[in-house]
Amino acid sequence: MKKRTLGTALTSVLALSMVLTGCGGNSAEPANSTKEQPAQETKSGDKTIIVGRGGDSVGLDPIRETDGESAKVTENIFDTLVSYEETSTKVIPGLAESWEVSPDGLTYTFKLRQGVKFHDGTDFNAEAVVFNFNRWMDKSNPLYDKEGFEYYNDMFGGYKGDKDHVIASVTAKDANTVEIKLSRPQAPFLQNLAMWCFAIASPDALKKYGEKFTENPVGTGPFKFVEWKRNDSITLEKNPNYWNQGFPKLDKVIFKTIPENSARLTALQAGEIDLMDGLNPEDVKTVEENADLQLFKRPSMNVGYLGFNVEKKPFDNPKVRQAIGHAINKQGLVDAFYAGLGEPATNPMPPSLWGFNDQIKDREYNLDKAKQLLAEAGFPNGFQTTFWAMPVPRPYIPDGPKMAEAMQQDFKKIGIDAKIVTMEWATYLDKTKVGEQDMFMLGWTGDNGDPDNFLSVFFNKNNIGGNNRSRYANDELQGILMKAQAEPDQAKREEMYKKAQEIVFNEVPLIPLVHSTPPLAGKKGITGYVPHPKGSESLEKVDIQ
Amino acid sequence: MLAYTVRRMLMLIPVLLGMSIVVFSIIHAIPGDPAQTILGERATPEAIEDLREQLGLNNPWYVQYFSYLGQVVTGDLGVSLHSKSEISTEIVPYLAATVELTIFSMIFAVFVGVNAGIISAWKQNSWFDYICMLMALIGVSMPIFWLGLMEQWYFAQELKLLPSVGRDNPRDAVEAITHLYIVDTILQGRWDQLKDVLQHLVLPSIALGTIPMAIIARITRSSMLEVMRSDYIRTARAKGLGQFIVVYKHALKNSLIPVLTIVGLQTGALLGGAILTETIFGWPGVGRYIYTAIGNRDYPVIQSGILVVASIFVMINLVVDLLYAYVDPRIKYR
Repeated sequence: MKKRTLGTALTSVLALSMVLTGCGGNSAEPANSTKEQPAQETKSGDKTIIVGRGGDSVGLDPIRETDGESAKVTENIFDTLVSYEETSTKVIPGLAESWEVSPDGLTYTFKLRQGVKFHDGTDFNAEAVVFNFNRWMDKSNPLYDKEGFEYYNDMFGGYKGDKDHVIASVTAKDANTVEIKLSRPQAPFLQNLAMWCFAIASPDALKKYGEKFTENPVGTGPFKFVEWKRNDSITLEKNPNYWNQGFPKLDKVIFKTIPENSARLTALQAGEIDLMDGLNPEDVKTVEENADLQLFKRPSMNVGYLGFNVEKKPFDNPKVRQAIGHAINKQGLVDAFYAGLGEPATNPMPPSLWGFNDQIKDREYNLDKAKQLLAEAGFPNGFQTTFWAMPVPRPYIPDGPKMAEAMQQDFKKIGIDAKIVTMEWATYLDKTKVGEQDMFMLGWTGDNGDPDNFLSVFFNKNNIGGNNRSRYANDELQGILMKAQAEPDQAKREEMYKKAQEIVFNEVPLIPLVHSTPPLAGKKGITGYVPHPKGSESLEKVDIQ
Repeated sequence: MLAYTVRRMLMLIPVLLGMSIVVFSIIHAIPGDPAQTILGERATPEAIEDLREQLGLNNPWYVQYFSYLGQVVTGDLGVSLHSKSEISTEIVPYLAATVELTIFSMIFAVFVGVNAGIISAWKQNSWFDYICMLMALIGVSMPIFWLGLMEQWYFAQELKLLPSVGRDNPRDAVEAITHLYIVDTILQGRWDQLKDVLQHLVLPSIALGTIPMAIIARITRSSMLEVMRSDYIRTARAKGLGQFIVVYKHALKNSLIPVLTIVGLQTGALLGGAILTETIFGWPGVGRYIYTAIGNRDYPVIQSGILVVASIFVMINLVVDLLYAYVDPRIKYR
C-alpha cells in the first residue's frame, strides 16, 4: 500500500517535470510536449536599458565604497559639487554653478545651483553641503563612517584635526554659497572634489536611514533609486525634476549582474541586455562583425605594471630592476592579451593625462642587454625569485597568470628563475600591501585625472603599507611630489611631474607595462553613451531607439 | 516507525553540534586579530575595538562559543559586516533562488536519469542501452561551465528560444513575497510571469542537473538489472503480466533504494555546489552569496551561510533515511 503511494508520488513528480522542463524528454521520445516558446517578452517600459556587468555593487553609499561597480550606480543617483567633462578629466560645474579661488589658493567660494531638490523632495542648499562635509571629515559626527572614508583620507590628507588635513573649514555663507578654506594650497583640490565619492547626499535621508543609507541612497542625480535585488539587479528610474533640463533621456536603467564575460556577451546577443562592460578582448571581433551591435572603447586612464619589492634582495639594486626592464616584450603583451586594445606603457601614468613626459624613450626589449646589466649587478647566473600574478582579470591586466607565464619565459632566458605565485584576490591585495612579495603584478585606474593620483599613489613614501607596494622611498622624488601637490601654478606642476617621471624611469621601482582601452559593447540603437576615462559615468545622456 | 524517526533525529544533535564548532572556529582560524584583518590596516583603533565588541572577541572562547550557539538556536545569524543587515533576513532571497534551482535540477535529473536507467536495464545490451550509458559517461564528466555556455549560445543566442541569464525578466520583475518566484507569481496570479520564471529555470536546471542525472541513470540501471534477475520478477512474468507493468510496477520499487541515496546526496551537493552554474547564469543564489562574502571578508556571512547550507544538507539526509525505512521496512529494525 505504502509502496503504491510512493510510486504514484514519483510518477506525478515525473509528469510535472516533463511539463515544466518542456524539452527535457529523452531522445527516444517524440517532442510531443515541446512547445515553441517565444524569447523573452519586453512588454514594459517606455525607455529602459539593461546594463550588464560583472559584479554587484558593494554598497550605494558613495563614501563607504571604493569599488567601480558601486561607482557605476551611484554616479547616476548622486551629483558632486564639480564634475568632469564628458570625455576628459577637465573640471566643469556640477551642483556648484561657479566658483572663485582666492589668489593665495586657500579659499574656494562655490555658488550653488538654485531650485535643486533631492529625490526625497528636500532642498539642496549650502546647509546640505556643509552637512555632508561634516559627515565626511569629523570623526565625532554621529553619521561619520566608523570604518573611515578612505578616499577622503587619501585625497584631503586625513580627517578633521589631523596634522596634514587640507580642509580647514566649510561654511554656508548664505543659502546658495559655500566657502571652503584650506589649511595649505592643494593644487588638485577641484579635481578631487569632482570624484564620484564626494557626492552630496540628502541630509534628511542620511539621518533617517543611518547605516542603511547604503541600501536607500537619496541624491540629486538624474536617476532615482528604486530597488536592489542583491547579486542580481539594481533598478533606477528617471528623476523628472533633474536640474539639467531635458535629461535624462531614459525612463529606467537596470544594472544586471552577470559574472561571466562570455555569458554576458551571449545575453547581449540574445537581446536580454542592452549594454555591457567587461568585454573579452578576443570577443571584440564578434561584436564588430555583428550588425546589431556596436563597440565602445573606454579611453585609457590606467596602467598595468610589474612592481618590485625594493626592500628585498636582489630588487634593492636598481641595475637588477633595469635589467628586467629590458627583458619584457610590452608590445607582445598588448598583441597577445589585449587584442591590440592598449599601448605599451613607458611611464606610470597614461599619456592622456596632462603632465605626461613624452621625452622619455622606453628601454628596448633586448635580452642581451638585460643579461649584461644583470652581470654588472653581480648576478651573471641570474637568481631565483617569486613572481606574484593577480588572480582576477582587471581592465589593466586582463589575465594575470597567463601574462606572468609569458614574461617568465623571457626571464628564464636571462637566468632569472621566477616561480609564479597566485592566491585569492583580497589576500593578494593585503599581502602585497605589507610587502610579502618579491616581483608582482598590479595596476591602477585613475580617480581624478591628476598626475598626483598616479605618481603619489605609487611613490609617496607615506603610502608604503598602502598603495606604494614597491615600498619605494626616495627623498628627492618625495620632495618633488609634495611640492607639486601644493603648487597652484599648473605649468610649474607640469614641470615637476615630468621630472618625477624621469626619476622613476631611471630608478625603476616598477615597470609600467600597458595602458589599456577597455572595450564595451551595446546594441546598435544606443546613442549618447560616452565611456569616461575614469571608468564609470552618468547615463543621463544615453538614449535608445 | 516513530521510534526509528525519533532515534534518527536524536542522532542529529551531535552532528549539528560538531558543525557549529567547525563553523565557530572559522573566525578563530584567521591569523592575527580577526577584527584588524577584517577592517584592514587603515581602520582606527576605535573601529577595531567596536568590531571586537560586536563579534564578542573580548570574551574567553567558551563564552563566545556558547553565546554563539545561543544566538544560532534562537535564529539569530548575526549581522553582515558589509551590508549591515541581519543575515537571517538577508539570506532568504539567496536561499530561495538556490532551492528553486535545486528542486528543478533534481526533477530534471530524476526524471531523465531514472527513465534512462530503467529503459537501459530493460533493453540491456540494445543500442539504446549503449547510447544511454555513453551519454551518462559523458554527462558525469561534463564540465558544467562549458555545458552552460553552450546551452546559452544555442538556446538563447542562436534559437532565441530561452532566456540565458537571471531568474526573471528585469523589465517586468517579479515582486518578491516568499522569494520562491514560482510561488510568488502563482500567489499574485501573474501567469505571464510564471511562464517567464519557468523559462528562466530551464537552462540552468539542465546544466546543474546533468551530472546527478548521469549518476542516477547509472545507479538505476545497475540496481534494476539486479532486481530484474530476482525470482519474484520471474513469477510476475510467469503470471503473464505485461513487460511494462513488470518493469515500472514490480521492479522499480525495489530498485529505488540506492537511487534514493544518490538523490539525497546529490540534492545536498547541488545546494552548496551550484556556484559555477550560478556564476554562468547570473543566478543570485546562496553559493555566490558566500563566495562574495569571502571576497569581502564578511566572516559572519561566511559562517552563517555555511551553517545554513550544512544544516539543510543534514536535514535532507534525515529525510532520505526516513524514506528508506518507508520504502524498505526492514531497515528500521537494524
